[in-house]
Amino acid sequence: MNDIKFSDETLALVQKTIRRYPEGRQKSALLPLLHLAQAEFDGWLSAPVMDYVASLLDIQPIEVYEVASFYSMFNLKPVGKCLIEVCHTSSCWLLGAEDIVRHLEQKLGIKKGQTTPDGKFTIKTVECLGSCGTAPMMMIGAQYHENLTLEKVDALVGEWDGKGERSRYC
Amino acid sequence: MSRKILLKNDHIPGINTLEVYRKHGGYEGLKKALGMAPDAIVEEVKKSGLRGRGGAGFPTGMKWSFLAKPEGVPRYLVCNADESEPGTFKDRYLMERIPHLLVEGMIVSSFALGANTSYIYIRGEYFYVLRILEKAIDEAYAAGLLGKNILGSGFSHDCYVQIGAGAYICGEETALLESLEGKRGNPRLKPPFPAVKGLWDCPTVVNNVETIAAVVPIIEMGGDAYAGIGIGKSTGTKLISASGHINKPGVYEIELGVPVEEFIYSDEYCGGIRNGKDLKAVVAGGSSVPILPKHLILKTAAGEPRLMSYESLGDGGFATGTMLGSGGFIVMDEDTSIVKNLYTFARFYHHESCGQCSPCREGTGWMERILKKILDGNGTLADIDLLWDIQSKIEGKTICPLGEAAAWPVAAAIRHFRHEFEEYVARPEGIREVRHYYRLKGLESVG
Ligand SMILES: Cc1cc2nc3c(=O)[nH]c(=O)nc-3n(C[C@H](O)[C@H](O)[C@H](O)COP(=O)(O)O)c2cc1C
Ligand code: SF4
Ligand code: FES
Repeated sequence: MNDIKFSDETLALVQKTIRRYPEGRQKSALLPLLHLAQAEFDGWLSAPVMDYVASLLDIQPIEVYEVASFYSMFNLKPVGKCLIEVCHTSSCWLLGAEDIVRHLEQKLGIKKGQTTPDGKFTIKTVECLGSCGTAPMMMIGAQYHENLTLEKVDALVGEWDGKGERSRYC
Repeated sequence: MSRKILLKNDHIPGINTLEVYRKHGGYEGLKKALGMAPDAIVEEVKKSGLRGRGGAGFPTGMKWSFLAKPEGVPRYLVCNADESEPGTFKDRYLMERIPHLLVEGMIVSSFALGANTSYIYIRGEYFYVLRILEKAIDEAYAAGLLGKNILGSGFSHDCYVQIGAGAYICGEETALLESLEGKRGNPRLKPPFPAVKGLWDCPTVVNNVETIAAVVPIIEMGGDAYAGIGIGKSTGTKLISASGHINKPGVYEIELGVPVEEFIYSDEYCGGIRNGKDLKAVVAGGSSVPILPKHLILKTAAGEPRLMSYESLGDGGFATGTMLGSGGFIVMDEDTSIVKNLYTFARFYHHESCGQCSPCREGTGWMERILKKILDGNGTLADIDLLWDIQSKIEGKTICPLGEAAAWPVAAAIRHFRHEFEEYVARPEGIREVRHYYRLKGLESVG
């Protein structure tokens, strides 16, 4: 657990976040802190990372696990460097979300929910992201990509294939 | 009948900055409010007839007057920016374009309620909107509009943005409060209501983004003037998120009372159905409200033109009517499979059920699985009855309204489109003939 530690910059942000709540209510900072942890530690929350967050907030590790497992944005398993999340709810479905998913699956040679063997890409389907007026849409990291066409999807995949870095998450 | 109040300046370049926002009259409402007695502000909001824009339509002034005010206990205002109801994206638009309108509304409303601290709880996926809001809040602090002794009034206020992490249920107000306390988003049993025991057991008001934003023009123009806009008890304007098979999807501010037909077909709004197709059905208020077929969304059962208002959309109850809800207006053309669309909703509610109540946890799972079975061509007529039976056993038997929100769309789809379910069962090979979705350009073959 020794090597798990936020950067000084993030630690300052942690302190700033905790100050938003009344004294003794520091647990309220849990969701923001888990986002910071996921961003800083490879896009997912391992047990040691969650234990570290618990120690920062002076709460029990179980209080962190039960929260991390409730919210769909927290990954409890490693994900690819480029996390692609395609919305497949009504408005996006009406305008071709299934085409997007199928196209990505064929292009990357994996099924939704899977990560490419080189660890570059993960495809997920997600529920409505509040972008229905610009459907179909998907998210890469924290970035919305809207009014998708298959050409746009191809261009984005190509771009990320070349980058090899982790998609910016927050 | 376009009537812009909230979005009157949304296309002005730089309106997201404090400087431009102020140049166009921004924070004048706050100045006026700080010169009034807090109770007088509540009174204006009551007079305005403003109803909660988050979905339930509860009168805002009345909600505010229920807030308990025990001595020495802090009170909180919490803004619900969770916006996860499928088909709804208006709060995002408002926060992204005019963040200061929400910030100003937060300060005015907090002053009226006597809250020295407020939180804006925003859904996790709106990270970039969180950045926009934080920037607006920083600007407001720097200009003395937030913090200690705002504009010399003696009123001090801090406003923070809190990020969620992907859970529709956190839009339900008590689940939201749990989440804000750093817990799982499990809705609380009511009573006690948040107005008595809310955030950290303190009296709390939870309001939607659009509701809080609307307080600013209400204070500026006065409650009576606002009540003069709209129709009957549906006062003011409403942001409608329009999506689906229309020519011009987007967020529209309408004066309540616009005919649905005008909203769908006029170039001012949706611009008609795309590709010259015919209209089949509309989900008028977000995924939770009953779907209506063309003949019932354009006209009531009595043959009156259906209007975009709480009362007119609700006319006929659930037998022939629906609800304005969150204003998530999803339009489907003649080729749409109602069964498949319903399946996307059922999958959604199953995914989002928090699991505390068995009728909701189990019922949503059953509904999803039966619909999948029917879609796969393995359904029977008894499955349709079973679906009906399951949905009817959820309503009124759960801690929060998510159970109902999952049941109503199923009931309405069967009520109005039973023939389509029967067709799926009778002719499974015909399923392939139903165009399940609009195909993307450039797609040659679909398996
Ligand atoms: C399952 C569920 C999800 C909800 N989601 C939202 C939401 O995303 N945004 C919202 O403002 N209200 C949502 N609501 C309604 C809130 O519980 C609450 O009524 C609303 O925030 C009150 O604000 P208002 O009176 O200004 O509308 C939801 C309710 C339920 C039952
Ligand atoms: S109705 Fe569903 S979402 Fe609401 S508390 Fe019960 S199980 Fe949770
Ligand atoms: S349905 Fe895809 S963003 Fe709303």
